[in-house]
Amino acid sequence: MKVKMLSRNPDNYVRETKLDIQRVPRNYDPTLHPFEVPREYVRALNATKLERVFAKPFLASLDGHRDGVNCLAKHPKSLATVLSGACDGEVKIWNLTERKCIRTIQAHEGFVRGICTRFCGTSFFTVGDDKTVKQWKMNGPGYGEEEEPLHTILGKTVYTGIDHHWKDPAFATCGQQVDIWDEQRTSPVSSMNWGFDSISSVKFNPIETFLLGSCASDRNIVLYDMRQATPLKKVILDMRTNTICWNPMEAFIFTAANEDYNLYTFDMRALDAPVMVHMDHVSAVLDVDYSPTGKEFVSASFDKSIRIFPVDKSQSREVYHTKRMQHVICVKWTSDSKYIMCGSDEMNIRLWKANASEKLGVLTSREKSANDYNQKLKEKFQHHPHVKRIARHRHLPKSIYSQIQEQRIMKEARRRKEMNRRKHSKPGSVPIVSERKKHVVAVVK
Amino acid sequence: METAPKPGGSVPPKKGRLPAMRKKPRRYWEEEATSPAAGPPRKKTRTLEPGPTRRKSANGPKPRNQRKPGGRKAAQRRKPEQTLSGAQDPFPGPAPARVDAARKFCRIDRSEKLPRAKRKTRSKLEAAEAQEEEASARAARSELLLAEEPGFLEGEDGEDTAKILQTDIVEAVDIASAAKHFDLNLRQFGPYRLNYSRTGRHLALGGHRGHVAALDWVTKKLMCEINVMEAVRDIQFLHSEALFAVAQNRWLYIYDNQGIELHCIRRCDRVTQLEFLPFHFLLATASETGFLTYLDVSVGKIVTALNARAGRLSVMAQNPYNAVIHLGHSNGTVSLWSPAMKEPLAKILCHRGGVRAVAVDSTGTYMATSGLDHQLKIFDLRGTFQPLSARTLPQGAGHLAFSQRGLLAAGVGDVVNIWAGQGKASPPSLEQPYLTHRLSGHVHGLQFCPFEDVLGVGHSGGITSMLVPGAAEPNFDGLENNPYRSRKQRQEWEVKALLEKVPAELICLDPRALAQVDVVTLEQQKKERIERLGYDPDAKAAFQPKPKQKGRSSTASLVKRKKKVMDQEHRDKVRQSLEQKQQQQKQEKAKPTGVRPSALDRFIQVY
Repeated sequence: MKVKMLSRNPDNYVRETKLDIQRVPRNYDPTLHPFEVPREYVRALNATKLERVFAKPFLASLDGHRDGVNCLAKHPKSLATVLSGACDGEVKIWNLTERKCIRTIQAHEGFVRGICTRFCGTSFFTVGDDKTVKQWKMNGPGYGEEEEPLHTILGKTVYTGIDHHWKDPAFATCGQQVDIWDEQRTSPVSSMNWGFDSISSVKFNPIETFLLGSCASDRNIVLYDMRQATPLKKVILDMRTNTICWNPMEAFIFTAANEDYNLYTFDMRALDAPVMVHMDHVSAVLDVDYSPTGKEFVSASFDKSIRIFPVDKSQSREVYHTKRMQHVICVKWTSDSKYIMCGSDEMNIRLWKANASEKLGVLTSREKSANDYNQKLKEKFQHHPHVKRIARHRHLPKSIYSQIQEQRIMKEARRRKEMNRRKHSKPGSVPIVSERKKHVVAVVK
Repeated sequence: METAPKPGGSVPPKKGRLPAMRKKPRRYWEEEATSPAAGPPRKKTRTLEPGPTRRKSANGPKPRNQRKPGGRKAAQRRKPEQTLSGAQDPFPGPAPARVDAARKFCRIDRSEKLPRAKRKTRSKLEAAEAQEEEASARAARSELLLAEEPGFLEGEDGEDTAKILQTDIVEAVDIASAAKHFDLNLRQFGPYRLNYSRTGRHLALGGHRGHVAALDWVTKKLMCEINVMEAVRDIQFLHSEALFAVAQNRWLYIYDNQGIELHCIRRCDRVTQLEFLPFHFLLATASETGFLTYLDVSVGKIVTALNARAGRLSVMAQNPYNAVIHLGHSNGTVSLWSPAMKEPLAKILCHRGGVRAVAVDSTGTYMATSGLDHQLKIFDLRGTFQPLSARTLPQGAGHLAFSQRGLLAAGVGDVVNIWAGQGKASPPSLEQPYLTHRLSGHVHGLQFCPFEDVLGVGHSGGITSMLVPGAAEPNFDGLENNPYRSRKQRQEWEVKALLEKVPAELICLDPRALAQVDVVTLEQQKKERIERLGYDPDAKAAFQPKPKQKGRSSTASLVKRKKKVMDQEHRDKVRQSLEQKQQQQKQEKAKPTGVRPSALDRFIQVY
């Protein structure tokens, strides 16, 4: 007879002293871990609930402006510095770590229409309603010196926007036409014009640095090449585009914030239909900014909320609002991709977390791995109805909520009408137009 | 045996020599896998080791996962690569896992096709599958690190292990193991029911005449001992050893480990059998009144009370794989229940007389039943519920229990018989018992102790703890059921277990169904969407020829191009349908014709 009994030595399974950590032998045999999937599902559900519990995105409000904040600019070199221009011509420079204003300049008479920093971070440019372009030093004046711009250019017409080239000492302004300026000269290097309407914003492409896009009040978006004397092409939409933003990772993708409550992501190589229509806002979209990863962007709207959209999704993943925040005019995503700033009508700049439930500060390795695990679980079970319902739920102010309902009814009515028309007319005479193609009127080259 | 060449000390290969000339390095377990004769000499007829040459019995069902990971592709990858220095990696490629280990961890059935989906979704599904496969391959490879080996009992040449007495085993094994064999002489309050806690450390026993005790049976330390002055029908530990439920004459009671009565649950009356579903925190009770009641012990609410409509319920078992409750009835059927359904999930006709005992093994694959017709049957629970093997016992078994490694114990009168199979995931073969033991009284309760080679038997003369080498899983998981856990660890485990309590509605026959694509609902949703929109948004648009260069875009040429594409599509469709037909014909032909058709076939009645 040969016999062997299972006989464990407890010394191998119990810690030696109280100072040791407990021994945890593992065996991954599936029969020892039954209900793998249901337990993971419950974990995913719990993780989703906790995400909603910890979703506290609002960080700080920077107050000090004496009129609505009209424009914001990031510092290219310092994460803590941010510049803002107000409707009374005042420019403030803020320190985000201290959440304090470190410098105030009375830059213009009337609105500060646009503000942008130079790529090296030593100076910045502002344009205002007083038909001037001013260049300022980033550092304040020395003791006894007066606060004065480095250069002032007096133009013929009002400038409504400005953007600096990402590598060269050149910048572009817009107003009646798009002007490209050399920093050293007081007259534009070139002026480009297509139609006779006021242009509301101009943006340089961060990758293909000679390209720039602008949007005008005659409903079109025009693309230019700085090296040419004439514009490249333009696309005409249903309604006016307020501003555009280029994707910092994909050179040919840009997103336009439109008056018809939608955002359109275009591929500049094929403008006849947008790549994606982002529709969740219930009022005109005023500003848009990409995250530095190029995967998401944030939009500011007249409906007193800001929303975060994934680039490839038509619905927003997040909406931020507070009781006191009025119409949001400008929004920026910080360069570390962790925070969002928005400037609104009621003179405040607000700082938000880009990921609402993220824990700030240094995470321990256990926290990090638990976070990763939860993230993966949420991703795995995201399509289950309970998980989806909890993950999608957002509290909305009554005004936005009721407007969403109203617009849903309107959209449904339109769809029903079209369906009825199609039903009662000759087959093929009422074509099915996809949502993407509906809003593009024409493309001109 | 060939030894693997050392990576550092080997001479660099000569230039002219072909790499194919070199003998492929082998790992020691590969050697084992190819030549079973080369293994240690103790491979005999009835070993419990999962032998590498294990074969499924011919009538047995095919395993769910037939595919062997690391097949041909892995072999191709394992060609030695030459580096610049001329040194060769003696073990190129990923470390291979043993085939049976890999099969154990395999979760994905590659024979099942993925549901039809758009390309993006499909690639996502494929990526998820690949990840899962990678994870199971890694888990299979980590099998190597397990510390303990399972026990075994082998006779000398021709010796029958069933004839080996417990006293012989006790003499042969080490002192620590010998101490696990004991008899509690409790003639006064017998017959006894018993239950081990999930870690296998604690034992609760309840005598029919009211004696209830809980003890740490390893150290033989008594936790509590009371007399409830009432008949005790069954006893069951709840999720930890701190609580246990006792089915008494009238009502169900819950005690803590000091014997203090915590709850008296009057909604569960005249309970005969108790089962605890640890991951759902449900206590399932079967009563004389014919109700199967699920009590959620974490919140103290009754989840459902199901009327089995089959009279008195006295036979119950749980399937540890999917938490389905099996009830045996007096008409010979076994019905499968989940709290989510008012009707049984399945009914299996098992015996001609009533069912006396039911047990389900830990993988949820096999069910053993015994009936009043003195039969002992093993059923396959995957799909068809067909009996795999049957055996008539002279008296018929009144109690059945499966061990973690698939041993089947049956209490026949005052004798306990134990049958063993070929390793863990195979059914026990009923021809020859592996062990037998005669007790001093009739068997009243049976349970294998988890993680110990011990079978606890409650009988009219008290409690016997039998030694059954090879019964238990040798390697426990410290985060799941740790017999050596401290109080702090237990508390932490309890919180985590409560946090991931699985809702009762999720109990169904296939617990993995939750992770599969719900094609039916998807199609329903799609249909509704098409109805709402008035057109199919995902439909392929009709071909519209693009306008070509000047002069070549006449109406006639456009029509011609359009027609060409349409014809091509049509041809493809025809070809596909033809191929399908051919395949069907082939399959029909390939079906075994069996005996040659005869003229007398016409007299066979087809029902």
